[in-house]
Amino acid sequence: MNLVLRIWRQASAEVEGRFEDYAVSGISPDYSFLEVLDRINEDLVSQKQEPVAFEMDCREGICGSCSLMINGKPHGPQPATTTCQLYMRHFHDGQTITVEPWRSRATPVIKDLVVDRSALDRIMQSAGYISVNTGEAPDANTIPVSKSRADKAFVAASCIGCGACIAACPNASAMLFVAAKVTHLSLLPQGKPECSHRVLAMVEAMDREGFGNCSNHYECAKACPKSIPVSFIARLNREFLHTGLLGYEYGGPVHHVAHEE
Amino acid sequence: MIPDAHIPPGDVGDKWDNCLDGLHLLSPANKRKRNVIVVGTGLAGASAAATMAELGYRVEAFTFHDSPRRAHSIAAQGGINASKNYPNDGDSHYRLFIDTIKGGDFRSREANVYRLAQISGNIIDQCVAQGVPFAREYGGYLDNRSFGGALVSRTFYAKGQTGQQLLLGAYGAMNRQVHQGQVRLHTRSEMLELVLKDGRARGIITRNLITGQIRRHMADAVVLATGGYSNIFHRSTNAFGCNVTAIYRAYKRGALIANPCFTQIHPTCIPVLHEHQSKLTLMSESLRNHGRVWVPKQADDPREPRNIPEAERDYFLERKYPAYGNLSPRDISSRAVKETCDEGRGVGAMKHSVYLDFQSAIEEHGLDFIEQRYGNLFDMYRHICNEDPYRRPMKIYPAAHYTMGGLWVDYHLMSNIPGLFVIGEANFSDHGANRLGASALMQGLADGYFILPQTIGHYFAENDAQPLALDDEVFDAAEEDATRRIKRLLAAAGTQTVASLHKQLGDIMWHYCGMSRREQDLRSAIDRIQELREEFWQSVNVTGTSRDLNQTLEYAGRVADFMEFAELMCRDALAREESCGAHFREEYQNKGEARRDDERFSHVAAWAYCGEALPERFEEKLTFECARLMERDYR
Repeated sequence: MNLVLRIWRQASAEVEGRFEDYAVSGISPDYSFLEVLDRINEDLVSQKQEPVAFEMDCREGICGSCSLMINGKPHGPQPATTTCQLYMRHFHDGQTITVEPWRSRATPVIKDLVVDRSALDRIMQSAGYISVNTGEAPDANTIPVSKSRADKAFVAASCIGCGACIAACPNASAMLFVAAKVTHLSLLPQGKPECSHRVLAMVEAMDREGFGNCSNHYECAKACPKSIPVSFIARLNREFLHTGLLGYEYGGPVHHVAHEE
Repeated sequence: MIPDAHIPPGDVGDKWDNCLDGLHLLSPANKRKRNVIVVGTGLAGASAAATMAELGYRVEAFTFHDSPRRAHSIAAQGGINASKNYPNDGDSHYRLFIDTIKGGDFRSREANVYRLAQISGNIIDQCVAQGVPFAREYGGYLDNRSFGGALVSRTFYAKGQTGQQLLLGAYGAMNRQVHQGQVRLHTRSEMLELVLKDGRARGIITRNLITGQIRRHMADAVVLATGGYSNIFHRSTNAFGCNVTAIYRAYKRGALIANPCFTQIHPTCIPVLHEHQSKLTLMSESLRNHGRVWVPKQADDPREPRNIPEAERDYFLERKYPAYGNLSPRDISSRAVKETCDEGRGVGAMKHSVYLDFQSAIEEHGLDFIEQRYGNLFDMYRHICNEDPYRRPMKIYPAAHYTMGGLWVDYHLMSNIPGLFVIGEANFSDHGANRLGASALMQGLADGYFILPQTIGHYFAENDAQPLALDDEVFDAAEEDATRRIKRLLAAAGTQTVASLHKQLGDIMWHYCGMSRREQDLRSAIDRIQELREEFWQSVNVTGTSRDLNQTLEYAGRVADFMEFAELMCRDALAREESCGAHFREEYQNKGEARRDDERFSHVAAWAYCGEALPERFEEKLTFECARLMERDYR
């Protein structure tokens, strides 16, 4: 296959970016999308030019490092697929493919296609866990959990934190990301005691980072490489309302923690 | 020389308790005065950082990723072993211990492995309490499956994403401590040097991968949890960032590296489909619970696999190893697959794979059952190979996967450098010459949650806190070493890309120091590595500067260390004149089965860096009081 990749180049957050066209030839349909970028970068380095910066690590769809807006879609055209698992057989010979970083206020560009997703970590740090110290746990089979509940918690827990939901959302909302963690932990008996605090703290953290709100476009679930269902957002809203009814207040004092890079 | 391993006294089953009883303790007030650097935030690093912070230590955690959740532990698929004996099939600490010792071909320490078995159940308890959604039965209790090298079902799992779920548990535990201000997290920070003061580990030098800034960090102890070095083979199942740099730097500062040649080649991976393929994807060993491995009896059989009748198939693992069959350990299965393909009986376009077939399992249990257990793995296979594994057998071949070798540690997980602790895949401790499936997650979490946080307190109690300023000359010297290397890489200005040099190194290692090794090959590999290393420094082409995000520079630094470490691996393989576990020397075999030499090699080989001179090899004798030395037989 012969292709043209129209790639966003931006040296740093401080300078303006632009699209550059890169022609590649002799691409086998069995190449992964990232292997095409590898080829372009090998050529660029051979010509003593700076390669395109992009993030990836495991290349098996689980670490959540890879991103990319490919022809306007996060992770490209295939449903339930990360960019690293996207193969060129889904494109046609002669095609021009536009590759951009994921843009949102809360995930600014660092360089070329690399963006800063540390806001997602800060949301998780606010309350995305069960507070149990090492050594405190009772025997693992003490509390039975119904299979259906455990399976559903697993679906929610399979979020890879890539940020495709945010990139896809016209409001740049992180609701699906937050909903997945809230759902995972609220479904399990071990997560129940902190339910109210958790939902409030995570929603507050999300708002603090500058993510938008959900207005039911459902683009997030469509873009999610792990098929996290949008119904979890309804569950998040339910948990949030329930917390309000219990008398917890949104916007109470917040505990900030320095996060170093 | 190798210091004492500090194996506690008593029967093997009492040693860990005896160790704990003998540890000196630190008061809560004094714990708050000690700070610990943890490099790496995968399963071992994150669990250690969280637990030490819970105990009151001030922890600084470092990762080169943008988030701790990206660590390669996340990709572990199949499961985690524990001797809970929930299935009532006769499991016990002793059996898990024996299976692991035997699986490692009697090249690991008895005391360490027994401790691992004893702790294994606590790990499952802890993870369930954190909300790890393990697979469950309809009654609501935890489900188990089998893994290679075991005749019981002791593997806990979360579909084919067990590593992800366990890592997110440890990540959550660490996040809680970040929120409480007890862990300071440094993301996108790569360790470039270890800093010693008066012979003790006291700090590290890092490079911020976004700004290029070089920074100094001081601590009372340093913990390396930096994973394995399978990427030395260029293509492997590891993530791209996995590297040897942190442990190699420690080695150059005096830490011993033990058994570097013990590298695991995993039998079931998606083979190379084209020349520019960048990754070899693992298909979990758990698949061999239901998948059967075979090739046509007749070489070059042109028929569709479905049309080949039972009688004309060779289920070679079941034939050669009837007791364990498709669940024979990884080293043995890998060699059997290699042999089959070397005989010209492989399948696929390049004749270098074998079938992993689910037809009979689907007929017996139904499609839903298989989908429930392995859905995500089948999807992954379909994405990559564009074939439906529910209808056509998978084609698989071995690939580099895990490294049993690593920095030498004593029973306290401390290296020979006081104050330098090493946990998880980065140390050498528990897997001997071959790791059993679902044991890596167990070891990483045992080290991080339950062992290190206890033993490190003893080190602090025995050594008073000593002040050390960041402008001390030891920091000056270490920083200078780090920056000199970066400058040298940028100045090389040659014509070869880092990737092409890495590939050349990987080819040498795969062919000469991979699944099977010979004396003359290892000797010529050492010569070729030396030549390639010279070529690397003359002709590597690193673009850009050191003052911003420069992925080429990061990669070049890691490959430069692989270039040196590769030679050490070959020297270790050359010196070990026996076959054991994953280390198969063709000269030492009984008709294809590994032939150990317990007389000469029942020891850990630990290597010391000697500057320009050849590294020095030391031996730590292995004694077996509880396990009986026997030929490893899975027939």
